[in-house]
Amino acid sequence: MLIKVSHPHPIKPSEITPESTFRDRRRFLLNMGLATASATLGGCDSPSSDRATNIGQASLTVNKTSAMAGGENVTAYEDITHYNNFYEFGTGKQDPARNAGRLRIRPWSVVVDGECEAPGHIDIDDLINPQALEERIYRHRCVEVWSMVAPWTGLPLAELLKRFRPTSNAKFVAFYTLFDSQQMPDTARGVLNWPYREGLRIDEAMHPLAFLSVGLYGRVLPNQNGAPLRLTIPWKYGFKSIKSIVRIQFTERRPATTWNQLASEEYGFYSNVNPAVDHPRWSQARERRLGELFKRKTLLFNGYPEVASLYSSMDLRTFF
Amino acid sequence: MNRLLPWRVAAWGLGIIPLLFAVKWTLQSRLGANPVEFLEHYTGDWTLRLLLTTMAMTPLRMLTRLTEPIRVRRILGLWTFTFLCLHFSIYLVFDLGLSVLQLGEDLVKRTYITLGFTAWLMLLSLAITSTTGWQRRLKRRWTTLHQLIYPAAILGVIHYLWLVKADTREPLLYLAILLTLLAFRLPWSHWVQDSRLKESASSETH
Repeated sequence: MLIKVSHPHPIKPSEITPESTFRDRRRFLLNMGLATASATLGGCDSPSSDRATNIGQASLTVNKTSAMAGGENVTAYEDITHYNNFYEFGTGKQDPARNAGRLRIRPWSVVVDGECEAPGHIDIDDLINPQALEERIYRHRCVEVWSMVAPWTGLPLAELLKRFRPTSNAKFVAFYTLFDSQQMPDTARGVLNWPYREGLRIDEAMHPLAFLSVGLYGRVLPNQNGAPLRLTIPWKYGFKSIKSIVRIQFTERRPATTWNQLASEEYGFYSNVNPAVDHPRWSQARERRLGELFKRKTLLFNGYPEVASLYSSMDLRTFF
Repeated sequence: MNRLLPWRVAAWGLGIIPLLFAVKWTLQSRLGANPVEFLEHYTGDWTLRLLLTTMAMTPLRMLTRLTEPIRVRRILGLWTFTFLCLHFSIYLVFDLGLSVLQLGEDLVKRTYITLGFTAWLMLLSLAITSTTGWQRRLKRRWTTLHQLIYPAAILGVIHYLWLVKADTREPLLYLAILLTLLAFRLPWSHWVQDSRLKESASSETH
């Protein structure tokens, strides 16, 4: 008789941390030497010269882990934290890792208002109970045709939203990123309409897959990944997963969202991952996973068919 | 010949140095989280930089009255084409997996691909006919053919501008440089030269 004893923590840290991350310290030292060498060559700027990793982030208590990326390999920590879109800190992929150190994540408070019975102005440490965090391993698909798999630490979004007792008028939820030109010098250029804002329909927000993250790889979320609090909506394009949230507002009408405001024909309010609906300028049928050279097929709802019932009566081509 | 040497070294350097950096970073796995995208952008950037440098040689001769810029123009043009071929190959291999079907689809549906591919065809014809033999064979038509560099450059810059999401600073900088270089080709430069010639001619008669 085979008795299978399951490991209390189904995924060992060594399984989700690629070997390359373990080797990082040595690589960092090596690169310091190389950086000196290339500095003497001068002129050209190495894309990865800045290898100062944030692996020193404080650990978080993770009560349970749900691997929800079909057993696909988790993307290297280095890649997840050094390839970011966070335009408040620059439009280059490496800019946020370089510049987000200016962001002060404590003290941090979140305003919750709009159509709810218990609005408030709550300090992040009262909002998030560090003893009640779980881990979700999710696929993440950017509208720019790259993707990754990341282990997020946080809590279901519904759990937090319900505390504020949304009324029956709360049809949507709007989210706002911090807008502070002192901490975010790149906002002076006005590439986007600040503050960055996003929104979900209330049933999307209450779906069990909708997640709020405070951590990555079992550690406190690095600033460039949206510290101290960000959305993680795995079936939608990455720009829906708004970073560094300072305000949550229940609304009756569909809220304005940043990329939709910039180009509504290119970035829909829903922005569900859909290989059959192209971006007007490029195909969404395939994607490049960070760490891979060739493209792979994109999955409908990013491989989360359980959300399909949210859109059963909608034409996904019209409501893209 | 000795006066030409530094110009030739500079022209070869402009091609070889960025190529060596790309090779160095590739071998050291220092291309970041998305190496394919990095190399696509890198080779695309250098194609435009070298293309604009090539186009700057005629204005440089007009301003300095030196002939050396024209004599290294072919080297710069061929390096431009080398980077363009690298750019196109990376796209064919890693984005399309060498699928002809997907290339056809992209050419029809993706305007920026159509523009880029057209620019590649134009520069291909210039690269083939860049030899002295072709120059002799085509005679005056060679000059006419090689004016294809102007539409190719315009398509190249629009190709870049077309795929940027929100931050258009860099492609607009290329566009500004391109327009400046094109402005040198406008008739006004002839008027200036003509008036100068008239001036010098009139001063000679006095």
